[in-house]
Amino acid sequence: MQKVGINISKIRQDFPILKRKVNGNKTLVYLDNAATTQKPLSVINAIYDYYMNYNSNIHRAVHQLAEEATFEYEKTREKVAKFINAHSADEIIFTRNATEAINLVSYSWGRTNVNKDDRIVITELEHHSNIVPWQILTQEKDAKLDYIGIDNNGYLNMEDCNRYLQSDKVKLLSISHMSNVLGTIVPINEIIEMAHQKGIVVLVDGAQSVPHMPIDVQNMDCDFMVFSAHKMLGPTGVGVLYAKKEILNEMKPFIGGGDMIKEVYKHRTIYNDLPYKFEGGTPNIADVIGFGAAIDYLKKIGMHNVREHEIEITSYAIKAIAGIKDIILYGPLDTNHRGGVIAFNIGDIHPHDLATIMNDYGIAIRSGHHCAQVLMGRLDIAAASRTSFYIYNTKEEVDKFINALGEARRIFRI
Amino acid sequence: MSDDIYREIILDHYRNPRNKGKLSNPDVSIHDSNPLCGDEIDIHLRVEEDKIKDIKFEGRGCAISQASASMLTEMIAGRPLNTVKDITKDDILENIGLMNLGPARIKCALLSLKVLKLGMVKYYSDKDPQSAKKLTDDSKLY
Repeated sequence: MQKVGINISKIRQDFPILKRKVNGNKTLVYLDNAATTQKPLSVINAIYDYYMNYNSNIHRAVHQLAEEATFEYEKTREKVAKFINAHSADEIIFTRNATEAINLVSYSWGRTNVNKDDRIVITELEHHSNIVPWQILTQEKDAKLDYIGIDNNGYLNMEDCNRYLQSDKVKLLSISHMSNVLGTIVPINEIIEMAHQKGIVVLVDGAQSVPHMPIDVQNMDCDFMVFSAHKMLGPTGVGVLYAKKEILNEMKPFIGGGDMIKEVYKHRTIYNDLPYKFEGGTPNIADVIGFGAAIDYLKKIGMHNVREHEIEITSYAIKAIAGIKDIILYGPLDTNHRGGVIAFNIGDIHPHDLATIMNDYGIAIRSGHHCAQVLMGRLDIAAASRTSFYIYNTKEEVDKFINALGEARRIFRI
Repeated sequence: MSDDIYREIILDHYRNPRNKGKLSNPDVSIHDSNPLCGDEIDIHLRVEEDKIKDIKFEGRGCAISQASASMLTEMIAGRPLNTVKDITKDDILENIGLMNLGPARIKCALLSLKVLKLGMVKYYSDKDPQSAKKLTDDSKLY
């Protein structure tokens, strides 16, 4: 099959769901990977194994089951730390999802460090999860929210970037590494360096980048990074906040309760050490353990290979889509600056109608505003269709998708 | 299948919507959207002697939502305003000829009815909050 370092037909055998038929007898063509990815059998089995064989609460009890569960849960933390090259596993906090991780930062770090007339800088590329928490914070603190703009090809406006980061009032830059709509991969190292020169703290939303390319947080030098397990073969209900240890140490807890404490008295509490200080309450043990299996799977394939495969399939798809009449493609066309996400519109077919037609052919794509209404406004559209790829997608599936686009044109008589 | 959904009449109402636009001096204007899809509908009404004298809609969204809105305005024009409360989901699906829409798309078809009912409630609330309350208590509006 594809001439890259991975064997796609072998990979596909690891994903039971890819064998299922939808809409009668159509083989599923799953092209909604930016929303969530499918899960390999090893992840499903890891969760099953936990509930079947060593289900118990972690960190407290001394019995054997608790010991095993704690060991596996903490092993995933180590795996995550290595996967993004964090300095220490203490810098990895498990949350429910990337959204909760951003909210943790805005409530804990933000409430302490952002004051009246301070500024927070984000971009027009952001997902609602990296907009709304900052609106809440800046409104509460009477601070300002600035947006770095994009050009018509979906690249960040670097002059904007430079200009907004000049102000001494800027406390935080919170920026998506890769757009979930346009696929734009921003020059993150350069931007972080620019921000750090002014002493600005940087949060990187890695929800779309961590699953798709090699990430090294020490090399990047970001202060915070967030991502979600379910977009990288893992289960839903697990997110990650990475943060530099010295920042986490200064931060107040987010959720108070069990497990995040050392000693509790009637009117005061001594909080637990990192990372437990930020994991109040029983966490999502089963799914964290499942996430560990997902990381093992990705490591086995190699993140360079994941990226190579996506460059190849995205280039192939862009070329094929661009040849279709009445198509408007959004975002950079150069796959060096774009991940495996393609947003587009075709004629006057609304994305929801297109997704309905695609579904007839067993093809799952996404339609709508993609939780990025600010970006939709910038592009002056209400909605777009989006196809997004992962390690198990093939060029044959792209061909099916292209054929279905032709069918959509016929049905809409354009 | 999609060939059955996107029949000529749906595409015609989508591309040539009836009663689309604004009204000067409407008695009531109301807006709502579908947060999942981003479909948007505004409905403007002029009411005389409790009848819908004039109705216009504005909106953007999929063929189903926009065609359904267009066909609803044709269905409702001239009728007594308070009969809006009796229009059901099935009335709308019958009106647009799509009885078998799946759960993901049925909201698209019903958005304009929701907006119209909100408009009716708003109209009566502005005039007489008591009777409007009775209206919302009496019927399962949405």
